[in-house]
This record gives sequence, structure tokens and C-alpha cells, in this order.
Amino acid sequence: MTEKIVVKNLYKVFGDRPKQAMRMIEQGIDKADIFEQTGQTVGVCDASFTVNKGEIFVIMGLSGSGKSTLVRLLNRLIEPTAGQVMVDGVDIAAMSDKELLQLRRRDMAMVFQSFALMPHLSVADNVAFGLELAGIAVEERQSRALNALEQVGLKSHAASYPDELSGGMQQRVGLARALANDPAVMLMDEAFSALDPLIRAEMQDELLTLQREHKRTIIFISHDLDEAMRIGDRIAIMEGGVVVQIGTPEEILNNPANDYVKSFFRGVDVSTVLSAKDIASKRQVTVIERAGVGLKTALNRLRAEDREFGYIVGDQLDFHGVVSVDSLDAAIKAGAQKFNEAFLPDVTPVSADTQLSDLIGTVAHAPCGVPVIAENGKYLGVIKKANLLATLDREGDSLHGG
Amino acid sequence: MFPEELSLPLGKWVNRFVDWLVVNYGDGFSAFADSLLILLVWLEQILRGTPWWLVVLTLIAIGFHASRSWKIAAGLGIAMIAIGSLGLWDKAMQTLALMIVATSLSVAIGIPVGIVMALSNRLRAVMLPVLDTMQTMPSFVYLIPALMLFGLGKVPAILATVIYAAPPVMRLTDLGIRLVDREVLEASRSFGASRGQILWGVQLPLALPNIMAGINQTTMMAISMVVIASMIGARGLGEQVLIGIQRLDVGAGMEAGIAIVLLAVVFDRIGQSYGKRAQRSKPAGDGA
Repeated sequence: MTEKIVVKNLYKVFGDRPKQAMRMIEQGIDKADIFEQTGQTVGVCDASFTVNKGEIFVIMGLSGSGKSTLVRLLNRLIEPTAGQVMVDGVDIAAMSDKELLQLRRRDMAMVFQSFALMPHLSVADNVAFGLELAGIAVEERQSRALNALEQVGLKSHAASYPDELSGGMQQRVGLARALANDPAVMLMDEAFSALDPLIRAEMQDELLTLQREHKRTIIFISHDLDEAMRIGDRIAIMEGGVVVQIGTPEEILNNPANDYVKSFFRGVDVSTVLSAKDIASKRQVTVIERAGVGLKTALNRLRAEDREFGYIVGDQLDFHGVVSVDSLDAAIKAGAQKFNEAFLPDVTPVSADTQLSDLIGTVAHAPCGVPVIAENGKYLGVIKKANLLATLDREGDSLHGG
Repeated sequence: MFPEELSLPLGKWVNRFVDWLVVNYGDGFSAFADSLLILLVWLEQILRGTPWWLVVLTLIAIGFHASRSWKIAAGLGIAMIAIGSLGLWDKAMQTLALMIVATSLSVAIGIPVGIVMALSNRLRAVMLPVLDTMQTMPSFVYLIPALMLFGLGKVPAILATVIYAAPPVMRLTDLGIRLVDREVLEASRSFGASRGQILWGVQLPLALPNIMAGINQTTMMAISMVVIASMIGARGLGEQVLIGIQRLDVGAGMEAGIAIVLLAVVFDRIGQSYGKRAQRSKPAGDGA
């Protein structure tokens, strides 16, 4: 994976004396105290992160957490006070005005929460707006604009005006306007937040489809964890101008860095976010089937560890089957030599990507913990009723504990 | 009594300054006055030389182009014919020429000033009290120095009219540009628009309805200045009102007054219709 955008120690202070505020930050003085003493607002404080090429990187936080400021620092709609923003290894903070215009025209496009379409231009002209700024000839920009409109399914509305369209359609125009420039990076500032939930989900799917067809680097601002989990490859969580945690959705859900991060999960339906592999436990009796390991060895181990069930795997850790004390006992009495004669018949393993919501039935009806296997057949662990219930109950926990 | 020592001889200073201007730059001022006069006389001759029906038809055509409504266009034609039947056609054409030159000059100065005001808070802070002064200062106060610099007649009348009529278009250009949605501006910046591209491609088109309203108001104020302008020798409908007052001829004064109102209505309708069209270029639900 190549790094597309690298942000290093980025700061933004709003106010007329940013240097004074920066000195106070260096002394470790609290943001609130800085505001009280100098009237300077620290918008973004020491943000550092890397966005990889082709990923959807979600920046999440409550309003006022500095996420919208942060995304505007990336294309310098807001001038950084200190720090670096490297795009393909070039520091944009050091760019001349001309280079910056070129960067915005060619490499970065933005989608806004309130759509921000030009009311005096037709849909097609809106989409062609960026191309016009870049000085592209009329015929080419018309064909590219129509092409972009086709991608979002609005080609037939090319001659309409923005105020004739619904909110969802307007945001499609906003998306098409960004796509028309064919940018390597798209900045989406709460792009779907103003849409009603049904349309929002539809737009998220559409974005993911577009992303499958043509990988772009997308930086997506959101205050909605469901949205972040749904579309984000990685998520950065911001609090009071500070990036408090960066990780994949699962990492953040499993190991929230602090109570603020935890508080986001209130009301989040973990069963749709986590999949089988996230909660599979390996603390089971696992027997590797090879020469010299017989049914009796397995039975002895189960008895020694006081476990009811054993999981039989191959030497590549590929899953073979589940045995129990009783089934082993019966097989030995029947004179069996191989494990498969002792396998429990009604245990079907689940694949690693199965969502928890789809697991509940399987786990509830299985006699033992349900084994989880990866796509290549590798054994990943076991889900028991107890750990599934504990996970699903986490929501309630954070309500009380958070 | 206010103490003598604290009195400010402002009047004397102004007198001395105007004298100094007249003595040293009188020639420059009269050269400027002459060129303005040539333009005005030329326009006046065209309007007075054109057959009345052609002028009426032209105004009807403009009215229809602006409003796309035959009713309004016909109304404009009737108003113009009414002016003619009051026997004031020729005077009305003189007033019209004066108004066109003064309005064009006001708009030509006003829109750029309005744009700069919108782009610079500092200039705006300076300009707002200046505009207030321009609109509230009794016109006679600056008519007197204008007379001294430009002589009696049409040119000081035009300048007085411009001073009085330019503020609305400046204010509304400034307002229109400032009212442009900040997110739209941010979006244009994010797509790499330069300042010039933002001004010409986004701010001015979106401010157009307000600018049109400003031009309309400026036109109305220019018409309302014709009576005062006639006092310093500008001819036209205002002169007729003045004569009516001097001779206590109420009827003549009333006739001229009605003609001024009709002329104002004609140009107000045209201006408003263009303003509505400018608004509709982002066609709203009730649009065409």
C-alpha cells in the first residue's frame, strides 16, 4: 500500500495571534485555558495520520471536534498554522497560489454537506464547473460532465436546475461535480448527513460501488458511526481538535481508546458491524491430526483439561471437524482409527465474514461452540453462546460504564 | 451663546478651496464638462429627432423583452402616449436624455465601487458614511460649487444627479455580493477558482438580482432629481414644473408632474421586469 496523504503534526489556531497560542500549546496549556487567556481557538491540535492510496478514510467526531477544519486543511481552504500536509510527497503548505489552484483543479475534489451547487447554472454546467476552471475546451467538458452524471444516474437531468431536484439528487450532482475532474483524492465533508436515512444508505452504497469500479483515495467526514463503519476502511476519531484514535472499524470497536470513543457506540448495532472472526475465541482444545495422535490421545487431553468438545485440525490448521468426549468414547469402543468416525454430525462451521446478526441462530442451535473458518479453510477459533451474548450486550455495558 | 473661540471657520475654508480649484483647475473641469455635454447633446438630438411613434414602439419592444407580457408592454406604450398628449413630448425627451446619461454614469461608477466595497471591509466602513452623506446632504449645497466649476446648465445637473442617484446601486451591488452563499464560494475555491473566476463566474451572476434592483432604484432617483436639476438650467420636465411654480400656474405644474410620474413608472416597470428575469435565471418552481 502506498501512502497518498501524510499529515504530520498539523495545527490550526483561529484568531489574530496564532503564534502566542502555539507557544502556549508547546507549554502544554489546555485548549480551554488558551481560549480564556488569549481568545485564540485551537481548531486542530497536533494531528498526524497517513491515508493510503485507494482507501476510504473516515474522520469522525462530534460537531466542534475540528473534523471539518481538518479536511479543509488538506486542500488549504483553511491555512494551517503549523505542520505538514504531504500529498504524493509534496508539502501543500509550501505551495504557491498557482500550484495550489492546479492541485485543487486536478487532484482534489470536494463534496459538501449542503451540496453547495451553483443555483444559476444547470446541472450539466454545475458538473462541468471544475473543468471550466481548469480551462478545458467546451466539447470535452460537456462530454466529461455527461459521463460523470451517468455514473450517478442523473444523465437525464442534465438540463435541469439544482432547485428543481430533490436533496438526494442534488448531492448526486455534487458527487458528479467532484467525479468529473477525475481526482485522485476526494474530500467529502459530511456529504450524506443532510439526506434522509434511506437516501443516505443508498448514497453510501453508490459510493462503495463507484469505489469498486475506480479506486480513489477518499477522506470522508462524518459524525455518524454507522456510516463510518459501513464505508470506512479506516477511521480516525477526533475530540476537541485532537485525533484520539485511528484504526479499522473493528479495532476501534474492540479497543476504544477512551470513554469519548466508547460513547460513539451507544446505539450502534454491533451485530452488523462485527463479523464472526472478530469474536472467535481460540481458547479451546485443538487437536492437530497427524501420525501418532490417535483418538485416545485426544480423549485424554479433553479429560485432562476438563472440556467437553475438541476441535480437530490438519497440520496447516485447516479445519477437519468437532469431537466430543462421548463421541470419542463411542468411536474407540467401536474400534475406529480415524477422527472422522467420531465427528459430531450436526456442526457446520461458519465463514469468517458472517455478520453476528446472521450467526445468532446457528450458535443458538449448535450443541457446541461453532467453529469459524477463513476463506482458505483455515481454522480461526470458536464462537460460544456466552461470548456472542456478551458481545451483543456490550451496548448496554457502555451505557452504564461510559 | 456658544463661545466664539471654539467656532470652526469651515465655510471659509471650503470657499477658499473651491476658489483655488476654479483658479487652478478650471480649464480641466471645463474640458471634462464639455465632453459630457457633447454626449448629452448628441443623445438629446437623437431622442428629439426620432419620430414619437418610433420611440413609443422601441419602449414597447424593450418592455416586452423585459417582461414577456403584452399587458405590461402595452401599458408602457399608453403611458408614453399620455405624456405626448399632455403636450410635453419634447420636454420628456430632454429629461429622458438627462436621465439616461446620469443613470449610465451612476451605474458605471456604482457597480465597480460596490464590488470593491464587497471585497474590502475597510473600504466599506469608509464608504457607508460617505454614501449616507451623498444621499442626505441637500443637493443645493453641492450644486453651488458644481455651478462654479462647470457653469450653468446640463453638466452640473448630471453631476448632482449622479451624486444623489449612485448610492443605491453601490449599496445593492455590495449587498448582493455579500449575500452569496458562503458554501457556494467555498465550493468554487475548492475546485480551484481564482479570485477573478469567483467574482465573474459566481459572485456577480448570483448578485445580479440585487444589482438589477439597485439599477432600478438608481434610475428612479435620477428621475426624481430632474426638478432640482432644472433650477440650475437643465431643461426638460423639471423646467416645466419650475415655471408652473413661478407663475402660480397650478395646471401646468400638475401636467409636468404627471409626466414625470409616468416616465418613472415606465422605467420602473422595465427595470423591475429585468430584475425578475435575473432572479429567474435560476428558474424557481413558478418560473417560466
